[in-house]
Formats: sequence, C-alpha cells, structure tokens
Amino acid sequence: MYEAIEQLLANNDIFTLSTVLEYWDGLVMTVQLVFLSLIIGLVLAIPLAIMRTSENWLVNRSVWLFTYIFRGTPLLIQLYIIYYGVAYIDGIQQSMFWPIVREAYVPTLFAFVLNTAAYTTEIFRGAIVATGRGEIEAAMAYGMSRGKCMRRIILPSAFRRALPAYSNEVIFMLHASSIASVVTIIDITGAARDVYARYYAPFEAFTFAALIYLCLTFILVFGFKQWEKRWHRHLRPLSS
Amino acid sequence: MKKTLVALFGAVVLSSTAVQAKDWDVVRLAVDVPYEPFEYRAPDGSLTGFEIDLGNAVCEEMQVKCEWIVQAWDGIIPGLLARKYDAIFSSMSINEERAKKVLFSEAYYNTPTGFFGPKASEVDPYNPETLKGLRVGAQRGTIQDVYATENYSSVAEIKRYTAGDDLVNDLRGGRLDVVVLDYPVGVSTIIEADGGDAYKVLGDNVQLGEGVGVAARKRDTDLIEMFNKALATVKENGVYDEINAKYFDYSIKK
Repeated sequence: MYEAIEQLLANNDIFTLSTVLEYWDGLVMTVQLVFLSLIIGLVLAIPLAIMRTSENWLVNRSVWLFTYIFRGTPLLIQLYIIYYGVAYIDGIQQSMFWPIVREAYVPTLFAFVLNTAAYTTEIFRGAIVATGRGEIEAAMAYGMSRGKCMRRIILPSAFRRALPAYSNEVIFMLHASSIASVVTIIDITGAARDVYARYYAPFEAFTFAALIYLCLTFILVFGFKQWEKRWHRHLRPLSS
Repeated sequence: MKKTLVALFGAVVLSSTAVQAKDWDVVRLAVDVPYEPFEYRAPDGSLTGFEIDLGNAVCEEMQVKCEWIVQAWDGIIPGLLARKYDAIFSSMSINEERAKKVLFSEAYYNTPTGFFGPKASEVDPYNPETLKGLRVGAQRGTIQDVYATENYSSVAEIKRYTAGDDLVNDLRGGRLDVVVLDYPVGVSTIIEADGGDAYKVLGDNVQLGEGVGVAARKRDTDLIEMFNKALATVKENGVYDEINAKYFDYSIKK
C-alpha cells in the first residue's frame, strides 16, 4: 500500500509545484469567499430574523418574500442572473461601480451573501419562535421592554438552539461555493477544472479537490463541536 | 451460489466480447453545442451546422446509422472513454496530449484561430506588450487556451470558460478585452451576431494545431479506419465541397 502510493507520487507529472500552487490559490479564494459571505450573511440575517417574527404584517411578509425567493431558486441560477444581469444594466459600464462589478468576485459574493442570509434568517426565525413562553412571560413580569427581552432573553437562547442547524448551513455554503468556478473564479473547483483540462485527468484533478474540501469540512465540524461543547454545556448528560 | 455467480459473470464477459466484435450498425457521435457554425440548434430545436451535415454525409457513406449526442466540451473525452458514445465529431483539434487518450482519424478540416475585441481596441496579438493588464478569454482546455496561456499569461489575465457562449457573453458584457477563438466561430458568434458594429478581428489569424479529426477510443481502430475511408471519399466526390460552400465562402478542407 505504502509503496504503491510512493510509486504513484514518483510517476506523477500532474501534481508539480505549479499545479499545487494553483490549488493553493484556489483554497485561499474558496476560504475567503465563503468566510466573507457567511459573516456578511450572518450580520444581515439577525435583524431579518427579528423582522420575520414581527407581528407587523408588512415587515414580516416582505422578509418572507426575500427568503422565499432565495431559498426557492437554485444558487447557480441566482449567480447567473446577478453575474450576467449586472453587466446589462443601462449605463453601468460608464458608472463608477463598473470596475468593482466587472470582476467576477463581487457579483459572486453578492449572490452568496443573499443566499446564505435567506437560509440563516429562516434558521434563526425557527429558533426565536421556539423560545419557551415561560421565559418571555418571566421577562415581561420583570418589566423588560420588548427590545430588552429580545436582547437579553430570546436571542441568547435562540443562538444556542440555532447552532447545530447553522453549522450545517456553513458546511453547505462551503460546498455550494464550488459553483463560483462557472463564472471564471479560480476557487478549489476552478483549479481542479483547469488541471483537468490541461492533463485530461478528471480522476486525479477532482479527487485532489475533494480531499481539500474534506479537510476544510473536518476543520469546520471540529470547530463547531468545540463551540457546541461550550454553548450546550447545560444539555450534556451528567457524567456520573 | 458462488458457482452461479461465476457462471453468470462468465456469461456476461462472453456476451460483452461478442458485442465488441459487432459490425458498427449504430455509431453514437458526441457534439458540444452550440459552436456556430459547426454545430448549433436551428430555431425548431434540431441540430444543424457544418459538422452535423458532414457527419451525416460520412455516416451515409459508411452505411451506418448515426446518433448525435450533445455533450459539454470539458467532459467530452471522459464521456467517450466511459462509452457514453463511440466517437467525438465536435471540432476536436488533433494534438499530442489528446492523442494519449484517444485515437484520431485523419484531419477533416482546419481553421485558423482569430483574436476578437471591441472596435476601439488597439491590441496587436503578436505584440504581448499591447495586452498588458487586459483580460483575455478562451474556452477551457482548447488549443486557444494553451496559446493564450503560453503567450499572454505573463502580461494579461487569462479567463477560462466552460462554454463558448459564456465567453461571448462576457465580451458583450464588457468583462473581456480580447477573446481568442476559432476564427469562423468568432466571426459567426461575435462579429455577425452583433451586426458587425461593435467588434472587430484583431490582427492576423494564427494557425494552431494539426487540424480537426474524429476521435474514438484507442481500441476501436476499425471505426477510425471506416471514418478515414468515408472522409476520403466525401472529400473526393464533391459532397464535402457542397457542405463547405453552404457554411463558408472559403475552403476549410484539409
């Protein structure tokens, strides 16, 4: 087994330094893209989730429409619409925004942010709605205002409840980011496609990409496990 | 149980060798659509174009039934090796790397590669300095991709696309400055599709590769033999020239 691997490495003319560097650049791109979209998406999702649980019909329904549209259509379609659509807006090519949206990076980030924000909003909404009635009644009895109750009682426990579902969303986002390669971004998948096209070696090129994704997923799963250990300490069974 | 399995397996192996030894009644041909004017869809959805016509003529000559199978370019060789079809008839330029994986027929056409860009562009494709800081687009895994990478990647940014129409879309959307593309395809999809106002051919064309051939699995030497014979006949008897004249006002015969 060990010798077989050694021989495979000795005979390989695909994974030279330059291809490995290509994968490295792809890895940096993927991590950057996913990290930024998750952070921005999260920041957007918190107020949206609160609005989504609002009793005001208009506020509630307009956020519902947003999440419905972005959860109801494939991310690939959203990316195509945003990436190709933006170039055909009248006058945009003469405007000051053109140098920014001309790059594939910004339209892609935009699509990813909106998509993950929609999913995260619904995850948080579920967690907010599931807050025990007793907790809210107790907060009211202490004379907390709505805002204070949201800040001190509902949100902290909702975040705890949402954590397992949110960790899933993070991993989904990592994998969904592979479609960025269709709009010329060289992420891990983009690097794999280039290597594949150069050497006609789909198995090697994509297996290597898959291994990188597996490592990233492992890090994420491990990180969330530690986080859950902290936040869900009260849910752990007694050790005795 | 084990014995039945072995027997069953043996039967499968035997019957599959029997299938391999068959005469070719049906040949499944893969094409990457659209690649105007070589293969594209007519308004009614049917396949049409130079290679579709030529392929049908060749099949008639070989007296086999041909089925066209639409396959995206970047999976076209793996699809052949995975037996999803028997041959690739899709403007595949003959080159060394590909010849390691597939068996090529004699070339049946050769077209130059062209450089396309906006009307105001001052790019000279033979002087890489004029491409400094620009974005150059090519279809991933084509000989144009290899050419652009070799010549321009040190000065310009190379953008690679899975499909030819995405490439043209990004030129129209202003995201690309130079497109390196098969010349007739570029004329048809960039210059003519736009009415000839906004884009132009940059500099002179360049001849890349050894021409375009039919590709089959390495073991199917008999099939390639059949293609070579039929191609030679249609090139001789005027059928080729007739199809050529339908799509081009110059000869691309090789």
